[in-house]
Amino acid sequence: MAEFRYTKDHECIYVEGDVAYVGISEHAQDALGDLVYIELPEVGKRVEKGGDVAVVESVKTAAEVYAPVDGEIVAVNEEMADELEFVSAPVNENGWIVKIKVADPSALNELMDEAEYAEYLKEVD
Amino acid sequence: MPRKTVLHGVHKALGAKMGAFAGYDMPLFYELGVKKEHEWVRSHAGLFDVSHMGQIMIRGEDKDGNSAVEFFETITPSSFETLDIDHTKYTVLTNENGGIIDDLMVTRTGVNAFHCVINAGCKEKDIEWIKAQISEDSDLEFAYFEDWALIALQGPKAEIVMREALGMDLSDLPYMALWAHEDYQMFVSRLGYTGEDGFEISVPNEVARELWERLLAHEEVEPVGLAARDSLRLEMGYCLYGHDIDETTSPVEAGLAWVIGKENTEFIGADTVLDHMHHGVARRRVGIKLLDKGVAREGAPILDGQGLDIGNLTSGGFSPTLGVSIGQGYVPSEYSKPGTNVYVVVRDRKIAAEVVRMPFIKANTKK
Repeated sequence: MAEFRYTKDHECIYVEGDVAYVGISEHAQDALGDLVYIELPEVGKRVEKGGDVAVVESVKTAAEVYAPVDGEIVAVNEEMADELEFVSAPVNENGWIVKIKVADPSALNELMDEAEYAEYLKEVD
Repeated sequence: MPRKTVLHGVHKALGAKMGAFAGYDMPLFYELGVKKEHEWVRSHAGLFDVSHMGQIMIRGEDKDGNSAVEFFETITPSSFETLDIDHTKYTVLTNENGGIIDDLMVTRTGVNAFHCVINAGCKEKDIEWIKAQISEDSDLEFAYFEDWALIALQGPKAEIVMREALGMDLSDLPYMALWAHEDYQMFVSRLGYTGEDGFEISVPNEVARELWERLLAHEEVEPVGLAARDSLRLEMGYCLYGHDIDETTSPVEAGLAWVIGKENTEFIGADTVLDHMHHGVARRRVGIKLLDKGVAREGAPILDGQGLDIGNLTSGGFSPTLGVSIGQGYVPSEYSKPGTNVYVVVRDRKIAAEVVRMPFIKANTKK
């Protein structure tokens, strides 16, 4: 079972070496509803923690996807732009939106784990 | 505390995602989600709670012989003399400057009796305004149906559902016409805000839940929230009050000149509105369709082909039927011709778009 990490803005992250796969949590997907469009960044773009990396749009609303850590975009999921259903796949499979090469791997420790995120959702609901 | 309609608990029990609208806690979407709810209405029948909207009645004739007909020809630019009893007109309340106080459906229920459905967010303002137009010595009677619910059933299967779920054969009821139960405890109008065939049913609060549940039990029916209601009306180019029209837009600028009755020259704000009608307007509400990927929403700047700022979207979003983003906005009249190339700016990105005729898709209302 893959291990995921989460942000307060409902990004879901899977870490492989020094690369973070960034997608959105199930909670965020439920809140958005069916997606109609994803705006992806350029590969090579440097991002700062909390900065915009992508925008996911549903019929209802647009939501920014923020960088969970500082780093550089090393891949964007072009396939998802065509097959928006991929967003609901696990982040370590087709469900990632961008991959970020992490500048400082220790920053990943600040993210919530599964149990902490579940607790956080209870608080915000 | 947000206000609740009588069906609030029903929505919660259905697992609706609730949100604030016009001071009410309303269902935004249910289990299906916005896109599927939208598509369901276009292919089957969707059930909407629109009880937050205001229902009012004005009737009578005063001592001087001023009738409710004349009253409506004063507060709106439309003609009502020729409207058949049990038929409905879409119109607007205008202010002294020719701006739009609200848009509303007016049904003639008798020679001098009218029932109106007004926007939730405008209820207090409208009622105050309308009452202020009734002179003190007038015998015109005003009533606010505060304890009545309004349920909309919209979609190509609506007529079948009304027959099978309620035993009502409405196949002969024309578009924009009313059927009233003999005890006056149920009013069914063949109209809506989606562009599909369908009905709006007005009943006292006490029976709203039973009506809702009987309709929802039909296999062709799914509950639909306000989010899909918005994308459905947007595809039809219908105005959303407070966004596409308001007190600063005249009916002519808004592309609603068709509500103005030829014989009516005495309504409030007529000077401005008729001047706009006869001499043209500097800006017009237009439909805008994106030619490239992206979703443009309310507020997005509209640029002309040279990049000059010419306006902003007053509403916008993704059209599930067309698979592209659409919107409405006011642009200088010289840009209002269908086919005019423009750009819409979304997060600093210029997206190619064009001015198109509304509705964006063909209406499927009863012929």
